[in-house]
Amino acid sequence: MYGNLSINDAPNQHDGHEEDPQLLAEFEAKIDRGEKIEPHDRMPAEYRCQLIRMIEQHAHSEIIGTLPEGTWITRAPGFGRKMALMAKVQDEVGHGQLLYGAAETLGKSREEMINDLLSGKSKYSNVFNYPAKTWADTAIIAWLIDAGAIINQVTNSRGSYGPYCRALERICAEESFHLKYGYDSVVTLATGTPTQREMVQDALNRWWRPIMHFHGPPDKASVHTDRLVRWKVKMATNDEMRQEFLDTYVPKIRELGLTVPDPNLCRNEKTGVWEFTDPDWDEFFRVIKGDGPCNKERLAVRKMAEENGRWVREALARPSATYTVPLA
Amino acid sequence: MIIKSLDPRVTRLEIPAEDQSFEPLAPMDQHETYEVFHQEKRGGQPVHVGSLHAPNTELALVMAKEQYGRRSRTVAIWVVPTSEIMTISVEDADIFETTPEKDYREAKGYRVGTKLKAWKKQQEGATNG
Repeated sequence: MYGNLSINDAPNQHDGHEEDPQLLAEFEAKIDRGEKIEPHDRMPAEYRCQLIRMIEQHAHSEIIGTLPEGTWITRAPGFGRKMALMAKVQDEVGHGQLLYGAAETLGKSREEMINDLLSGKSKYSNVFNYPAKTWADTAIIAWLIDAGAIINQVTNSRGSYGPYCRALERICAEESFHLKYGYDSVVTLATGTPTQREMVQDALNRWWRPIMHFHGPPDKASVHTDRLVRWKVKMATNDEMRQEFLDTYVPKIRELGLTVPDPNLCRNEKTGVWEFTDPDWDEFFRVIKGDGPCNKERLAVRKMAEENGRWVREALARPSATYTVPLA
Repeated sequence: MIIKSLDPRVTRLEIPAEDQSFEPLAPMDQHETYEVFHQEKRGGQPVHVGSLHAPNTELALVMAKEQYGRRSRTVAIWVVPTSEIMTISVEDADIFETTPEKDYREAKGYRVGTKLKAWKKQQEGATNG
């Protein structure tokens, strides 16, 4: 699961002009031909740097994303739901592993990535800083947050960096179960007793704003990323992905007789564009910078897991082992 | 002050709300890398599916089963330390460039039918004449 942070999109510690013009031309020609870039190919420093940032944040999001849902494994309603939720959480951890591997091929070690997460230097998807208060929250997360993530991931899987695309293809295949499981959970509640309906509506009300934040700030507020588009690092704008999400899922939400908590949400029939209330981007930036309801808890739990596992990792370490960057 | 969470497990851990010191992970804390090959069905080709980190080969196999064999059908999994794999450097990739004219080693490079037809026609001409 992953959205678009875009907070660090401020580009260009590495100006493209520093690159050898001939190498840059060869690199761009390869991308224009639709070829993928592989780990040992020459690539501009900015391309490498942006991809590391993007894939690393995606990996962190998968791992931190298991925490709000994992909360409910012990309290899942019934054995079937418990098995499914455990499988989903295990998948998300697996996705984190795949993505860390893809980022490593670009030259940043896993230890560095974990350290940057725990020191607060690297970010993860903002939605996971919100609490899952009831079982219905897990249903809304599994359905709508995963739906947003799939849109983002399918889009990025058409990008130019081979290892990232391969990881995303595998991830998307697995996410289809998450989406269907989430939809099934929401439909069960929405077609159930009045209390169940109320519960799922309540969860939707609380999650709608984070969901609207999920694909990142509006295009008009983002820094221009022409070069990242040209290099197929960024494959769609935040607004494009948000519109795609609304197109597909608002009708499905309404079909269930649930109310989207935004009276201004409607599709402009002339332009085909969804219009909605501005989802308070100040809150988005405040939470991403650390001041959200669960930021502290999420990092504290991750730190504790690393600390508690340390003696096991040290006991298993072979002094003669040396690091090799994963191949592909 | 400890963190009070909606997650009863987190509350039970009694994690302090402030001042969690964290000693950064040292290099190699996450161990070495292994490459993983997966065979989906008998008779199928084992294919490279990705990499993982493990402290030794036995655990690499355990992790490979979890990471790459937990969902799809699996009949075999192989792991090999990444450091043991030899590859041709990208700088030398031009060794894969050979003559584009390779019809002589393809079936399509041989037009037997055309030759036979021409020969038969010629034979017919000789008999009738």
